[in-house]
Amino acid sequence: MLTIGRDIIDAIVAHARRDHPDEACGVVAGPIGSDTPARHVPMDNAERSSTFYRFDSMEQLRVWREMDDRDEEPVVIYHSHTATEAYPSRTDSSLAGEPKAHYLLVSTRDPSTEEIRSFRIVDGTVTEEPVQIVDASVDPTAVTTYMFGQSPATVDYECSAGH
Amino acid sequence: MAIEVRIPTILRQYTGGAKIVEGAGDSIADLLTNLDASYAGLRARLVTEDGGLHRFVNVYVNDEDVRFLGALDAKVKDGDTVTILPAVAGGSGR
Repeated sequence: MLTIGRDIIDAIVAHARRDHPDEACGVVAGPIGSDTPARHVPMDNAERSSTFYRFDSMEQLRVWREMDDRDEEPVVIYHSHTATEAYPSRTDSSLAGEPKAHYLLVSTRDPSTEEIRSFRIVDGTVTEEPVQIVDASVDPTAVTTYMFGQSPATVDYECSAGH
Repeated sequence: MAIEVRIPTILRQYTGGAKIVEGAGDSIADLLTNLDASYAGLRARLVTEDGGLHRFVNVYVNDEDVRFLGALDAKVKDGDTVTILPAVAGGSGR
């Protein structure tokens, strides 16, 4: 599963919309081994194409070095499809070179729908995974209190325990 | 002195997991042949059957992409750092 902040998803979708009809691409870096995407880095699509993307090689070297210096790795590698679904194409799966990354795809084919899906791509094999979007602006303690204090499930449990 | 070569995750299966290895040679082509003696299989992932640099691999000498330095003919010397990165590419195609 990919767990990612709402603010990062919003920034990725905004990038994809901004570059539409060209494909947009980038990474989200996070501490090595944490599996936590923390730092959004939009990249140039050197192809400037609506059907293909490629990170600019010099920008990639700079960003990859920066991640090395910060003990980070590319936790998420994202790109957009502008006219098709957010599912890896044959090109995507054959070129995927980071087996530990989450490959996030955004489709911008519908301007009013947010279409995001995440995949692992290892040796050309695509496996979809759930995406959990975490909203950091909501106090998690408040949510917990609400759920345990007010949800029907908790009430039911207390009733049956009482009898 | 030797040439330091930085290996990306996906190619570390050829280097016993090592992130940095050392090699020798006067050009990228020489260096890759030299490395292949110790790390069999590595060269074939970088060089195509007709002897060109694989299209979706980026190789850098210090801060330069070797595509701007003559590709496999790019010169290297002791003390240089060669970085290999898989190109990040794809797209919906047609």
